[in-house]
Amino acid sequence: MSDYNFAYLDEQTKRMIRRAILKGLAIPGYQVPFASREMPMPYGWGTGGVQVSAAVLTPDDRFKVIDQGADDTTNAVSIRSFFERTAGVATTTATTEATVIQTRHRIPEVPLAEGQILVYQVPIPEPLRFLEPRESETRKMHSLEEYGLMHVKLYEDISRHGHIATSYAYPVKVEARYVMDPSPIPKFDNPKLGGCPAIQLFGAGREQRIYALPPYTRVVSLDFEDHPFEATKADHPCGLCGADDSYLDEVIIDDTGGRMFVCSDTDYCETRQAAGHRGKDAA
Amino acid sequence: MTPLLSVQDITKRYGAQIGCADVSFDLYPGEVMGIVGESGSGKSTLLNCMAGHLVPDAGKVVFDTRGHGPRDTVTMSEPERRMLSRTDWAFVHQHARDGLRMGVSAGGNVGERLMAVGARHYGEIRGMAVDWLDRVEIAACRVDDRPTTFSGGMQQRLQIARNLVTGPRLVFMDEPTGGLDVSVQARLLDLLRGLVRDMGLSAIIVTHDLAVVRLLADRLMVMKDGHVVEAGLTDRVLDDPQHAYTQLLVSSVLQV
Repeated sequence: MSDYNFAYLDEQTKRMIRRAILKGLAIPGYQVPFASREMPMPYGWGTGGVQVSAAVLTPDDRFKVIDQGADDTTNAVSIRSFFERTAGVATTTATTEATVIQTRHRIPEVPLAEGQILVYQVPIPEPLRFLEPRESETRKMHSLEEYGLMHVKLYEDISRHGHIATSYAYPVKVEARYVMDPSPIPKFDNPKLGGCPAIQLFGAGREQRIYALPPYTRVVSLDFEDHPFEATKADHPCGLCGADDSYLDEVIIDDTGGRMFVCSDTDYCETRQAAGHRGKDAA
Repeated sequence: MTPLLSVQDITKRYGAQIGCADVSFDLYPGEVMGIVGESGSGKSTLLNCMAGHLVPDAGKVVFDTRGHGPRDTVTMSEPERRMLSRTDWAFVHQHARDGLRMGVSAGGNVGERLMAVGARHYGEIRGMAVDWLDRVEIAACRVDDRPTTFSGGMQQRLQIARNLVTGPRLVFMDEPTGGLDVSVQARLLDLLRGLVRDMGLSAIIVTHDLAVVRLLADRLMVMKDGHVVEAGLTDRVLDDPQHAYTQLLVSSVLQV
């Protein structure tokens, strides 16, 4: 038992957030404004995701937090222990066992299932922000479905780099209606957004926006006919578990330029190693 | 013949001040109309009312749309009006910076309108952009440069290319040669005259420079204090001004 109300936020606040979530689920990809609260952590550390998690957690849930795919980084560890203390919920690092997963910048490698909720931390929910700084104008563009400008950004990418160089926060179109920022996940993860059996919720605390993808939503990454979307990753197998289908981190391991590539999803990598898979750098 | 644009009794007030009052005229396809007057005479207000940037307090702006014939653009829905303003209409701002995206390359600037109406083939968009840069005398090798690296005259020509790429039928121009030196002005006017002829454009040009309207405009409206004081064929108005203010305006032109 803790001295906090269940999951830190008071019940009225959670109701308010749940209303925003329900509205977001009803209009997939639409950014719902909500009255974001001060959280005991700085903006940019997942205040939006934490508030959404607090609103959807129940005492029976099993909670997992990942930061860039890893369960053991500062952000992930502190948010997990935050909810252990304030909600007393069970936690796990296993993707398949978790019912609520809060994530920063990755989608787990193991396909999600019905009944799971994936909560994204979003720094900038507005995909048009850096093209059109006026929020009044971007809202109008969303409501009138004027998305030509989004392709101007992709055009600029190709004219400067010869290919679409946007490699994360790659814009998507939801149910042929709203253009959405999928949070800064690598574009390798974009194909997992569409047709996903789990509920996907996006919370931006500083920007006070919540948006959502209900299960099995149609999500298409924007592209050009002659420069189609491509999900890219480092062209290596994982050094520890040998997986060649997972998103990889490049790790510098000495001062002479030595490097190794490892799965960014630690749970996926450890599960594979436990099953006896070995990469070339495994000890 | 149906007028392309029929302006009926447009009035716009700013509180007690009159922006423009009871302005009416018809513009026929292929015609270029000049609006002259001193600063504060209401010519920009009128232009913005016609282009949908300002909502007039009274009056109609009836445009002959491609699909549905003459429609009042003041009362049509905003999506329809915005669709018009990126297909059949073009607006050339006095300051190129207002009409360009300064952080986006020249090619991206020209391509934006194409992408806004659904073009999704990079090669074709780029081909169109290069073609249009050539038409406004900007070297094709500058296609990936940002407008910030362009001279004032080049920026203005880029703005014109960006506006004309979707083949509009009506162009609104607000002081298109303002702030440019005379030799650059001359080349820009030459270019505009060529484009208007070749594409059969209709245009409404707001300016205080009588030389510009003499070169470009078929008809002329003179405004003073929000009212049209004189209207007629450009040559007639400039050579035989009837209203006292027009006489003053014509006689004030510096003779070199």
